[in-house]
Amino acid sequence: MRDITLGQYFPADSVIHRLDPRVKILSLIAFIALVFCSFNYVSLAFTALFVLTIVLLSRVPLKMYLKSLKVIIIIVVITSLLNLFYGTGEPIWQWGIIKVTWAGIHNAIFVCVRVICLILLSSALTFTTSPTDLTDALERLMKPLTVFHIKVHEIAMMMTIALRFVPTLLEETDKIMAAQKARGADMESGNLANRIRALTPVLIPLFVSAFRRAYELAVAMECRCYQGGEGRTRMKQLHLGKRDAVCIVVGLLVIAAVVLLDIFFAAYV
Amino acid sequence: MSILSVKDLTYVYSQGTPFEHTAVDKLSFEIERGDFIGIIGHTGSGKSTLVQMLNGLIKPTSGAVYLDNINIWDKPKEIRKIRFKVGLVFQYPEYQLFEETVEKDIAFGPTNIGLNEKEIKERVLQAAKFVDLNPELLVKSPFDLSGGEKRRAAIAGVIAMDPDILILDEPCAGLDPLGRDILLSQIYSYHKERGNTVLLVSHSMEDVGTVCDKVMVMNRSRLEMFDTAQRVFSQGERLQKLGLRIPQITSVIDELIDAGFPLKRGTLTVEQAVEDITEYLKREGRL
Ligand SMILES: Nc1ncnc2c1ncn2[C@@H]1O[C@H](COP(=O)(O)OP(=O)(O)OP(=O)(O)O)[C@@H](O)[C@H]1O
Ligand SMILES: [Mg+2]
Repeated sequence: MRDITLGQYFPADSVIHRLDPRVKILSLIAFIALVFCSFNYVSLAFTALFVLTIVLLSRVPLKMYLKSLKVIIIIVVITSLLNLFYGTGEPIWQWGIIKVTWAGIHNAIFVCVRVICLILLSSALTFTTSPTDLTDALERLMKPLTVFHIKVHEIAMMMTIALRFVPTLLEETDKIMAAQKARGADMESGNLANRIRALTPVLIPLFVSAFRRAYELAVAMECRCYQGGEGRTRMKQLHLGKRDAVCIVVGLLVIAAVVLLDIFFAAYV
Repeated sequence: MSILSVKDLTYVYSQGTPFEHTAVDKLSFEIERGDFIGIIGHTGSGKSTLVQMLNGLIKPTSGAVYLDNINIWDKPKEIRKIRFKVGLVFQYPEYQLFEETVEKDIAFGPTNIGLNEKEIKERVLQAAKFVDLNPELLVKSPFDLSGGEKRRAAIAGVIAMDPDILILDEPCAGLDPLGRDILLSQIYSYHKERGNTVLLVSHSMEDVGTVCDKVMVMNRSRLEMFDTAQRVFSQGERLQKLGLRIPQITSVIDELIDAGFPLKRGTLTVEQAVEDITEYLKREGRL
């Protein structure tokens, strides 16, 4: 249960950790677009190298990244296989309706590398940014949306609370499961239907306690006069620094490089 | 022959990560059938981890637990049977209630054992009686009970499995003083009536002193002492060094002994103290 690392903050002291979270979020979006704009092998390799550099710079153990990849690897394999078998063009190997073409192989490689880069990048963001910083930055970035009467602050607050309670709920699940197992609940064996039924004794107490927590939290917030975003000041102000400027410049250079590589090596698809 | 024994029992949380933590470190002890044993120790000393290993909820990192001289992990497939024999009531057990009625919830354990309906019914009624749960409450939803009633219903859910060994992890935490005393005396009379083995984890030295024959003292993942309650609680200074203390009445008597009165060290209950003091005063002709 506890092995879910996707979206877990790993405190360390690295360049990436110290960047302004707003810059990190925007860079993530830009780089994800970049990953999908790497159209040939040369630019793809360049992008992958760049992603690896970020991973190394983040000073988060590689093991953590591998763990978050592990969760997603099945999806990668399946999509790669689908791409492999549904390529167009001259088949180089055929068995019944299944055929493998060069285009299919290229597609599979591209999808595979792209998805892995995607996971690494987003893990790098969540590993190096605490959930509070993250939602804080999101709130600031979405501020312009208030013009359309979107309650940005409330959305951000909901996200903060949700993130905050993920580990708590996991811990609670562990505890309740242990308590029901102690009463002889059998959760490891039987067919699917039985296993789903075996979850009832875990889910009901879990929901009950989630609602109880939500209620208590609401009361606690009201006791401290919380009334939404209007007029609320922040304890931690975000400031853009020199480091962030350097990051933006490097980011732009990388984007330029990928575009150039895309154009000059267009033959290497 | 001991009913439960452990040898070099060790448990390490998050092994192989930077968060590695040895919660139980090479414990060995034997428990005799019919004992009422108190387990005390500072927070984080590994009590809860230990009791979860005793009923096979977590598998020891090394070492073994023997129930009736059989290693409980010999047949991992049958570990559920061990859990029926060694009943464990968790801290704040009321959070495990889930059924529509209290009766059904108490029946969860016996149903998992695979008993027939008549036996289940019997067990439920009996368990409810042991914890003094009003039969009217049995048809109610467990979520409509008061905190103390929920606690008792949850404990009944484990007692209903009729385990040979009953382990309670801080059963009285968060109850009012009267509720604590009542629950404790119910557990005690259950033990007396059934003659089964009970392990009680508690932070209240008074509770442990009143009901337990033997006391296990945990300190920093290790077993520091395991002896009769009287002998453990006659070592006030040693316990103090471990962040624990002795029952209030015991320390009162200790002070009197230091002041020169011929009383017994390790007096555990107020009744005993009153008896001894009256006897002494009578002997002196002052009463
Ligand atoms: N699931 C877990 N993962 C990692 N470490 C844990 C876990 N559960 C307990 N620990 C650690 O193991 C040690 C022993 O915990 P345990 O719960 O056994 O203590 P305890 O004696 O029951 O304490 P308390 O009196 O507060 O209930 C503690 O230091 C705790 O931080
Ligand atoms: Mg505990």
